[in-house]
Amino acid sequence: MSFFGKLTLESIPYHEPIIMVTLAVVGVIGLIIAALITKHQKWGVLWHDWLTSVDHKRLGIMYILLALVMLIRGFSDAIMMRTQQALATNGAAGYLPPEHYDQIFTAHGVIMIIFMAMPFMIGLMNLILPLQIGARDVAFPFLNNLSFWLTTSGAVLINISLGLGEFAKTGWVAYPPLSELAYSPGVGVDYYIWALQISGIGTTLTGVNFIATVLKMRAPGMKLMQMPIFTWTCTWANILIVASFPILTAVLGLLTLDRYLDFHFFTNDGGGNAMMYINLFWAWGHPEVYILILPAFGIFSEVISTFTSKRLFGYSSMVWASGAISILGFIVWLHHFFTMGSSANVNAFFGVMTMVIAVPTGVKLFNWLFTIYRGRLRITVPVLWTLGFMVTFTIGGMTGVLLAVPGADYVLHNSLFLIAHFHNTILGGAVFGYMAGFAFWFPKAMGFHLNERLGKASFWCWQVGFYVAFMPLYVLGFLGMTRRINHTDNPAWNFWIYFAAVGAFIILAGIILQFVQLYVSFRDREQNLDTTGDPWNGHTLEWSTSSPPQFYNFAKLPHVSDIDAFTDMKEKGQAYQREQTYQPIHMPKNTASGILIAACITAVGFAAIWHIWWLAIVGFAGAFVLFLVRAYDNDVDYYVQPDDVTRIENAHLDNVTANLTNVVRG
Amino acid sequence: MSIAIQADLHVTHPHEHNDQHHDEHHDTSANTLFGFWIYLMTDCILFASVFATYAVLYMNTDGGVSGKDIFELDFVLIETAALLVSSITYGVAMICAKHQKQAATLGWLLVTFALGCVFIAMEVYEFHHLIEHGNGPDRSAFLSAFFALVGMHGLHVTAGLIWMLIMMVEVLKTGLTNRSVTRLSCLSLFWHFLDIVWVCVFTVVYLLGAL
Repeated sequence: MSFFGKLTLESIPYHEPIIMVTLAVVGVIGLIIAALITKHQKWGVLWHDWLTSVDHKRLGIMYILLALVMLIRGFSDAIMMRTQQALATNGAAGYLPPEHYDQIFTAHGVIMIIFMAMPFMIGLMNLILPLQIGARDVAFPFLNNLSFWLTTSGAVLINISLGLGEFAKTGWVAYPPLSELAYSPGVGVDYYIWALQISGIGTTLTGVNFIATVLKMRAPGMKLMQMPIFTWTCTWANILIVASFPILTAVLGLLTLDRYLDFHFFTNDGGGNAMMYINLFWAWGHPEVYILILPAFGIFSEVISTFTSKRLFGYSSMVWASGAISILGFIVWLHHFFTMGSSANVNAFFGVMTMVIAVPTGVKLFNWLFTIYRGRLRITVPVLWTLGFMVTFTIGGMTGVLLAVPGADYVLHNSLFLIAHFHNTILGGAVFGYMAGFAFWFPKAMGFHLNERLGKASFWCWQVGFYVAFMPLYVLGFLGMTRRINHTDNPAWNFWIYFAAVGAFIILAGIILQFVQLYVSFRDREQNLDTTGDPWNGHTLEWSTSSPPQFYNFAKLPHVSDIDAFTDMKEKGQAYQREQTYQPIHMPKNTASGILIAACITAVGFAAIWHIWWLAIVGFAGAFVLFLVRAYDNDVDYYVQPDDVTRIENAHLDNVTANLTNVVRG
Repeated sequence: MSIAIQADLHVTHPHEHNDQHHDEHHDTSANTLFGFWIYLMTDCILFASVFATYAVLYMNTDGGVSGKDIFELDFVLIETAALLVSSITYGVAMICAKHQKQAATLGWLLVTFALGCVFIAMEVYEFHHLIEHGNGPDRSAFLSAFFALVGMHGLHVTAGLIWMLIMMVEVLKTGLTNRSVTRLSCLSLFWHFLDIVWVCVFTVVYLLGAL
């Protein structure tokens, strides 16, 4: 084995013009950003205030930035697939050869779920959850920073695969025996394994961290059944994370042993059993989709109750419905492979359990409708996303119940009907939720409002584009078209394939409008400042802070006696109280340990992919030493002095007083 | 063992910070122990997944050896005894730590460390013996699952031993501070947890396999 393992100059895909142009564009953009940072002398700010930050709010923003970057990558894959299929009808070859196309659909799935939806969800949770429970930070701030960088590490690996070697050609589930060494001898599956493994460990640590935060760090007086609903749904999601992500860790570990050390877990020979992988994968994979959707449900609840200026209808039924979904989410995994050929009774059990999930989900939908009922719903951008979700997700849920019938599933398994169904729920459910949360909490995070007109335009493009892109896939599924097809020769499908391609371009317009919205809002930020910290007349504690919140969140920990804690304070006249004196505030110091450890782990992953064993050892030793240094560093915290707190608080309260009329605006 | 665990948890209560900002401070050692406990639950699920894999694959011997042919219960019994006794000695170390007896704590940690090393040495010997006779993990799905499950537990124990070594240095240098006792308590949870997992490995893999 050579010094660089399997890595040679031939590993760079020179012969793929699409990839080389993409790399060039990414390189140019990177250079422009680096030049801008240098010109404005922001490298120090970037390092000291952001990359090394242990502040949950900054980590939240960085998670969402990561999600937006990966959204561009994942959507590029999507639109390439749609255009390829549209160009490759009637037996034409299209412009993407199968070995490239297969990598694209694999990357699309992995990126959208693991590196777009997950960071988006975890970003919003980081940003808001500690504020909602009246805490100054999470239970383990350094661990939180490390989790973020481990997620980023996975994203870095998957992006390296674009320009060095290849990505998996197996579909995002990487089923063996196809993903075994015998059938996938390249580095693609290894990129898949290490990117998911490293980011998955980061996610597990996030789950541990936030469960400890919610159970140990709530503001005085806040009972569990007084936690804001978004906090509750995130808590259920975190319980699902700690209960399911270790299964992913295990199954990827076993696949690693198969590929690297000639074990026989899932191979065709040696007594291996590929279905074991598929079972374990979905024992993680199905809870995973509820990890994505539950926080989105929480966001919709917050949005609906805020913009109707009402208390959420059925708070406790909402909490328990989320709990029921979480538990049921663990006993439905087999519906992903009814066609495995289990006995009729086994399939019936999993089919019935799957249908039962529609009940607590229905409870939620009716709770939202009853909250709106006799309220005055203000039609803002977050509300539009919520309404769009309610219609779209209901359709997705119903097609899900159809697929839950094992007999029907035998016909529709792996058809485009399935693709339409899960985009209906994940896109129309989870992603619409994150978009609602993005627009809802943007002023809180950044201190200024998003442009409303562009936000609405973007929503309509997404909404219309979604239906145009995905409804035809239901039809194609019924017409017998399966997923992951590179080119077709069936005139009956052509019209619907073209139709769906148009939808992808409408969604593209929506995404472009979102980035234009960000640019315009940033340009005009001085005219759209959120001066009070409470732009929507909010219910929960995050709105009692300034926008963006003070770095210590709360000068004095609030005392909570109601579900809608901040509304309660406003009604009792206890909001915005000036204190005579403040106590010193204990805060963690920023640390470079997280990013450095993750850099070492990235090196380990890269080395393992390319079999560069000396680098793996160096990287692992580096991570270990850095961890020890961190563990024995005594300079990890400090106190914010009362004078500073008084100055910051008075500035905020002066702002509030000057703009108090705006508090009840809208 | 439950006594030992209880003794560990008591350690977290004394609040030896000179802490005048009492309402500003959380009891971080309690948070740390709680967080570590949740982490252990994730580890538990990791083991459960590999246990399930073993349960599905243990009959897939591909014409090679089965558990009956290769397990030597006498040998594994000594291995098991070493690990179980090490849990007791760790519990004693924690009681000493609670009473601020630095020398005794270090002594018992050293005994625990030695017993852990005996366990690992025996396991390495067993693995080496199997591989030498052509019964390595590449032979069959059964052996793959066996090596993965037992080996994963062994890697955990090895990590625990390295951690214990580091903690002995810390206790030697800084004494039984709030920080070192919190860390010893976490390691204690980890060590007892690995003991429980081993009881399951011993039962499911060795006892049932040798029947």
